[in-house]
Amino acid sequence: MSRAATERKCILRLENISLAFEDDSKVLDNVNLEMWAGETKIILGAAGAGKTVMFKIALGLLKPTSGRIYLFGQDVTDFGENQWFEVRSHVGVLFQEGGLFDSLTIEENVAYPLVNRSNQTAEQAHPAVKEALEFVELGHTLGKFPSELSGGMRRRVGIARAGISDPALLLYDSPTAGLDPITANNIMALIIQEREMRNATSAIISHRFQDGHIMANFRYNPESKRLERIPDDSPLRKSTRFVVMRDGRIVFEGSEAELDASSDPYISKFSMQRSAH
Amino acid sequence: MLDILKSPIVTFQEFILLAGRATTNIVRRPFYGSDVILQMDTIGVGSLPITILIGFFSGAVMALQMSRALSQYGATGQVGQITAITLVREMGPVLTALLVAGRNASGIASELGSMKVTEQIDAMRALGTDPIKKLVTPRLIATCFTLPLLTIVADFIGIIGGYLIAVPLMALTTSSQYWNNAWRSLEYNDIAQGLLKPLVFAFIISLVGCLYGIRTTGGTQGVGRATTQAVVVASVWIFVCTFLITRVFVNI
Ligand SMILES: Nc1ncnc2c1ncn2[C@@H]1O[C@H](COP(=O)(O)OP(=O)(O)OP(=O)(O)O)[C@@H](O)[C@H]1O
Ligand SMILES: [Mg+2]
Repeated sequence: MSRAATERKCILRLENISLAFEDDSKVLDNVNLEMWAGETKIILGAAGAGKTVMFKIALGLLKPTSGRIYLFGQDVTDFGENQWFEVRSHVGVLFQEGGLFDSLTIEENVAYPLVNRSNQTAEQAHPAVKEALEFVELGHTLGKFPSELSGGMRRRVGIARAGISDPALLLYDSPTAGLDPITANNIMALIIQEREMRNATSAIISHRFQDGHIMANFRYNPESKRLERIPDDSPLRKSTRFVVMRDGRIVFEGSEAELDASSDPYISKFSMQRSAH
Repeated sequence: MLDILKSPIVTFQEFILLAGRATTNIVRRPFYGSDVILQMDTIGVGSLPITILIGFFSGAVMALQMSRALSQYGATGQVGQITAITLVREMGPVLTALLVAGRNASGIASELGSMKVTEQIDAMRALGTDPIKKLVTPRLIATCFTLPLLTIVADFIGIIGGYLIAVPLMALTTSSQYWNNAWRSLEYNDIAQGLLKPLVFAFIISLVGCLYGIRTTGGTQGVGRATTQAVVVASVWIFVCTFLITRVFVNI
């Protein structure tokens, strides 16, 4: 019984995942990762560590050379593309490079998951799209094209699109990369709101330790409409876990305190950023 | 040695796979009709003016070149036949295809390539759309439909170009003899290969463009590389295939 119960709660499990591209160097080397319902994972690591590749494997966009993938308790490793479509409809993604469709307006972009997957018409989807865009404070951009928006605005559109179909798992690939600190903090606030509103399991790839620090220590207060510190004794604190990747391997997994306490020079680089902050 | 061969073989294998999936998608739902129309507009209508221009001058230059050779044998009356046959069999299909390769194989590769590097293709798959169905199949259908039509236009304009050189300008033959000669020299065999070639070239142009676009890696630079490669590879294959098809038809 206990096994079945724990299996249901495990949203994503990567088991001994390895990936090598044609030139034989391993991009991922025996990666093991588990994400449990309600958990927030902060994935840190230097450029080229394999973070994006790991996301894409979890979504079936890349096939691992070896290892198994479980999503929502199902072994999806050998799924065909059509089966993956069904699984992916429960996952919201923000891509590192944006992934917004150039040829579609902002409204069409955000409506895409609804129109494409649940056969809604554009009119039926409109209220939800407008709400999602107003949530990211872009209610006035419905008719614009992605090329007409700034980088930070495009990121916010991507967040709106990721959350629109109410996914059980949200993946954000470098939501704050290349943004100024103010915009970056606003984006993190949106992601925290999104996490709390939807009660979704989320994973955030980041170069900035601050992002993880905010995710781990703050929550959204709907009454004051502001972020507030999570009390020290709250069980919520345990739900944010940090993962550090290096050269295709997971070299650390644990809480913020454990990350701070690490003496490994590579790992502590990702927490030292905080003392500089 | 094996390593040198490995990459072209892998590419060829990917090409065959893509061709198979793109073709079977033609009859599978959902259909992206508006994408097909849009592509027909860019590939077909967009290439029309330059096809007319090229067709005209290739016919004219054929007649000019032939005028001297034919007058040596006192056979200037045959100029209509020679222009028509070379245009319909070879020059029309190949020149039009090269033109469309330059315009559209590159266009397709750069468009899909930038979609690849900005993760739009990944996003498509993540949001439940098959990029082959949405991007590749419409381009394949549109090219297969428009390239033969463009070729026919090029052939026809080329024969007119030849006429303008042969009759009003150089008085090699009479007007009615030129047209009679041109018309009657064309056999089913010529028409068949003149229409089979553009169909095959359409496959090559659209699928090579799509393949190199979809395989793009390495950011904006990669897009430039993919574009160049697509044009070069498509052009080479156009020549290889025209040779093979001609070889088959010569024997019939
Ligand atoms: N399609 C591909 N073909 C070959 N190698 C690839 C491909 N995609 C990624 N790689 C390699 O995999 C490694 C990991 O890439 P990945 O994009 O996961 O890095 P990352 O951790 O997301 O880095 P960043 O923080 O810069 O986004 C890199 O060395 C990269 O060169
Ligand atoms: Mg990345």
